[in-house]
Amino acid sequence: MDLEETAVKARAFSYFRAATLDQALDAHARAGDDARFIAGGQSLVPALSLRLQAPRLLIDITHIDELRGVRREGGHLRIGALTRHCEMLSEPLIAEFAPLLHAAAPFVAHPAIRNRGTFGGSVALADPASEFPAMTLALDAEIEIAGPSGRRRVKADNFFIDLFETALQPGELITAIYVPLFRADQRFAFDELARRRGDYALVGCGMLATFAGERIHDIRISYLSVGNTPTRVRGAEATLIGQRLDAERIAAAQGALEGDLAPPESDEVPPAMRLHLARVLLGRLLGRLGEAA
Amino acid sequence: MTAPLTSLDRPNSYIGRSVPRPNAKRLLAGRGRYVSDLRLPRMLYAAFLRSPHAHAKIVAIKTGDACAREGVHLVATGADLAKICTPWTGTLDHFKGMTSAPQWPLPVDRVVWAGQAVVAVVAESRAIAEDALELIEVDYEDLPVVVDLGVAREAGGALVNSGSVDNTCFRSQLDNGTVDDAFAHAAHVVEEEFTFGRHTAVTLEPRAIVADYDPSAGTLTVHHGTQTPYQFQDLYSRHYNIPEARVRVIATDIGGSFGMKLHVYHEDMAVVGLSILLGRPVKYVADRMESFVSDIHARDHRVRARMALDGKGEILAMDVEDLTAIGAFSTYPRTSVVEGNQVIRLMGAPYRFKNYRATLEVIFQNKVQTSQYRAVGHPIACAVTERLVDMAAAKLGLDPFAIRAQNVIPDDAYPQTSPTGYRFEALSHQACLKRLHEIMDYDGLRAEQAGLRKRGIHRGIGIATFVEITNPSPAFYGVGGARISSQDGAILSLTPSGEVRCLISVTEQGQGTEAIISQIVADQLGLAQEHVKVITGDTEVTPHGGATWACRGAGIGGETALQATRALKRNILEIAALILQERPSALDIVDGQVVDAATQNERMPISEIARIAYFRSDTLPPGTQAQLTVSHHFAPQGYPFAFTNGIQGCSLEVDVETGLIKLLKHFIVEDCGRVINPMLVDEQLRGGIVQGLGAALFEECRYSDTGQLVNGSLADYLVPMPMEMPDIVIAHVETPTADTELGAKGVGEAGTAAASACVLNAVNDALAPLGATINSIPITPMKVLTALKRF
Ligand SMILES: Cc1cc2nc3c(=O)[nH]c(=O)nc-3n(C[C@H](O)[C@H](O)[C@H](O)COP(=O)(O)OP(=O)(O)OC[C@H]3O[C@@H](n4cnc5c(N)ncnc54)[C@H](O)[C@@H]3O)c2cc1C
Repeated sequence: MDLEETAVKARAFSYFRAATLDQALDAHARAGDDARFIAGGQSLVPALSLRLQAPRLLIDITHIDELRGVRREGGHLRIGALTRHCEMLSEPLIAEFAPLLHAAAPFVAHPAIRNRGTFGGSVALADPASEFPAMTLALDAEIEIAGPSGRRRVKADNFFIDLFETALQPGELITAIYVPLFRADQRFAFDELARRRGDYALVGCGMLATFAGERIHDIRISYLSVGNTPTRVRGAEATLIGQRLDAERIAAAQGALEGDLAPPESDEVPPAMRLHLARVLLGRLLGRLGEAA
Repeated sequence: MTAPLTSLDRPNSYIGRSVPRPNAKRLLAGRGRYVSDLRLPRMLYAAFLRSPHAHAKIVAIKTGDACAREGVHLVATGADLAKICTPWTGTLDHFKGMTSAPQWPLPVDRVVWAGQAVVAVVAESRAIAEDALELIEVDYEDLPVVVDLGVAREAGGALVNSGSVDNTCFRSQLDNGTVDDAFAHAAHVVEEEFTFGRHTAVTLEPRAIVADYDPSAGTLTVHHGTQTPYQFQDLYSRHYNIPEARVRVIATDIGGSFGMKLHVYHEDMAVVGLSILLGRPVKYVADRMESFVSDIHARDHRVRARMALDGKGEILAMDVEDLTAIGAFSTYPRTSVVEGNQVIRLMGAPYRFKNYRATLEVIFQNKVQTSQYRAVGHPIACAVTERLVDMAAAKLGLDPFAIRAQNVIPDDAYPQTSPTGYRFEALSHQACLKRLHEIMDYDGLRAEQAGLRKRGIHRGIGIATFVEITNPSPAFYGVGGARISSQDGAILSLTPSGEVRCLISVTEQGQGTEAIISQIVADQLGLAQEHVKVITGDTEVTPHGGATWACRGAGIGGETALQATRALKRNILEIAALILQERPSALDIVDGQVVDAATQNERMPISEIARIAYFRSDTLPPGTQAQLTVSHHFAPQGYPFAFTNGIQGCSLEVDVETGLIKLLKHFIVEDCGRVINPMLVDEQLRGGIVQGLGAALFEECRYSDTGQLVNGSLADYLVPMPMEMPDIVIAHVETPTADTELGAKGVGEAGTAAASACVLNAVNDALAPLGATINSIPITPMKVLTALKRF
């Protein structure tokens, strides 16, 4: 009561803690548009406090066991939607089989936020400036979705549609994200450019490459903070496939970015500058990939 | 130069010792008493509907639904409050010709910036009040918006205040010596145009106020997170027509202030009125988003400046034009022109030249007000001067240290007058330059820089000399008609147990004022510090004084405490002398014991004197009236300001591909006169430097073409954070002022004064081999990459 009188800024809402997936889906189906799932709350709660969102019902999904845990399933690592950002740093299976997520995690916000924010929440929100959604693209991950009409798996490539818009339909939940297991013939790199550590980046990039000897057999490169969605740069990828990573190739990949990216207008980072930064970052990361042999 | 030994330098003196702040543990333990936490019985909560427009006419306000909402007690508009509150105008007489429109708690017919509070709701909880805000409808009619400083000055353009001839608030000019002649005969002239962004204070605790009007007694009590309770007592009394003695302002613990919490805010004035209308306590705490659009902002200058030098690198003259935009009003009661005024008066201050000309133009625009914030004007004057000095050095092939050593006023040449007319008692630029050179290992840094440049790593080294204004006399505000005191008062009592209670008018915002006052009292009386209790910030209890602004707590408040303590000590020794049948001059007090002054032999504890005086006065000689409470006031005399000086240096690395800057190390040599508590002085310097570094690289309030603040959240407005801050190396030179016994000057703003100038010089030093220059603060990646033509 004490706090409520001075500190509560959100509009009043009801709260329901779901014990099972069915309960959560059910509650949402009954409440319709006026309900939101809440996981770590690290994006939703600020939005409520600012009254940017004012749902009537919050459905807490953090007690649903099915959404939890990291384990191997065949050729994939199944990462439960409730896996917290801090677990990306501490969970040995992630370090071993999804090292790109492990490498990106320290760049996600600050420890207090990483202690609560969830992988599923981050991917569901699909903030184009967020690290993890972009990395699901580089990892060729699959997003498992449960909804009133059953379950399905959507490739990350098909998941991100537009600004904060995904393949998720109203009332659907992400249950887990499936990441192909990292292999010995693969290399990865991640970095971002930010004015302060922990901030959303000016530009960020992660990549996963499969090598055949010294040549790149396959590579997936994904950017954050370059447009309305996390962005794969297929043109740049194409310049690298079947090639050795020398200075000339790196320059070619950098050159291709212009066709891949159309950064938005911004008073702080004009499009041409963001493209420049994307090139610089690509050069540095490919350089590291080359050295990582 | 180091302070000569005096009685303050006794081996067991508290003065000059790093004793911890007595209140630090209490605050860390969560026992602070912040206004934000305060709850009074029957208290209500205010929330404000804010203008979405930067400039618009208020056509109609419909409040019916909000009034009807359960739990809402009052919905008040500008018209409602104008009936009980007289308007205020942010002008002062000594700024000749300045204008500003009258202000009311809430606007009566026009909004003049986006975010201005328009309607107040008072309800049983903040949440209910905010719900009710959503039920209020305001019809606005857009008016032309004045955003850009250049556009604001165009003849025939849109006006912030219709009816005025233009958007000018104030113009001022200085012209000393023979400037034109000096430029005409100069061997070298350097010239640059600079811009300085707007930024804001960002305190940990936002503005907070609880106003409690008691109609039965006709008294107003305001719990207010402010630096200056007496100023607000006076203002609430006068604008709400309540006798001053019936207005009490209590400013207990405050979560940061930095100058931001000494101005009149519309919401705060409104909350007082709301409490009067309701006869109940009303609370308002600004949230972070509200703070961004309603706390004062600072800086926002465009400066064109040039400097003339002779063939040997001697500075001959400066010619400066400062344009600054201050929002829609000049702030009350200190105005918004003090910063510009200090900019043009602090230019060139460390140097010997005499020919100086400056013009200042202060402009209105449709943004939130700017006003005094830590290091008022100093960072601008320092950056402009020091950058020009570096440009001149480069032109002449001189090292930055060498050109400064050649031009600073020599340490033995004081008293001196600055090119702009400020009178300096004694400064120590030469000693500071020499010391900085040593602590930076300047030659080593230069060698390392040269080595790294060959490998494509671009390090920069920058230095900046500065002068800071402290211990202001009435010349600052009083002469302009402001009821802002430059004196302080203290009331000291010896308690019946032989401890001391000190009520003093300076206030504490986390800088350790209470700690240094207790050190001074303990030292001067001869008592352990834990036996001194210092009480601040309550107009009903503490005597009237200036409180906290402009670096005055140690210099003026400290001297007040020193003189008051000496008076109390005399009174104690008088009683002791009667009891011991001694002459008072033969006695002293050490560690709470009256001792023989010559032998230091213990005679009796002061607790015994207190016991006798309070409980057994019958045993004292007839006619004796022990005076164990003294009150004392001290107003600065002599020089109108105690100027301090120092020099900062920094080393940083510029990533020339990304424009990102990494601060590697920062250095300062500072002379604040007598250092009372080295730890607190160092922390003031560090905190100040960090704020200056924030301004240099990160902080900026950015506006859209329509006058909307586009980065008004902590996600978008970047404050300096620990990961980006360098280690800060500190050294001191001590030149006490002779105007006081204590000899202390201020130190709170020194760090901020020169940190951004230092970074500006270092970045330019890094970029010099690449032919790029930067003349704008904050130095963003975009500015660096633009200068390097990277995109
Ligand atoms: C100060 C600050 C800095 C931050 N910095 C960064 C940063 O640098 N990089 C970064 O990536 N993020 C950053 N974040 C955001 C943070 O990572 C969030 O935690 C994350 O984006 C959302 O995860 P969550 O679990 O907190 O989701 P919530 O806030 O609980 O929910 C977010 C949205 O996702 C929906 N949702 C949540 N879980 C699911 C699910 N399983 N299925 C379907 N929908 C779901 C919710 O309904 C809601 O709409 C920052 C946050 C803060 C407060």
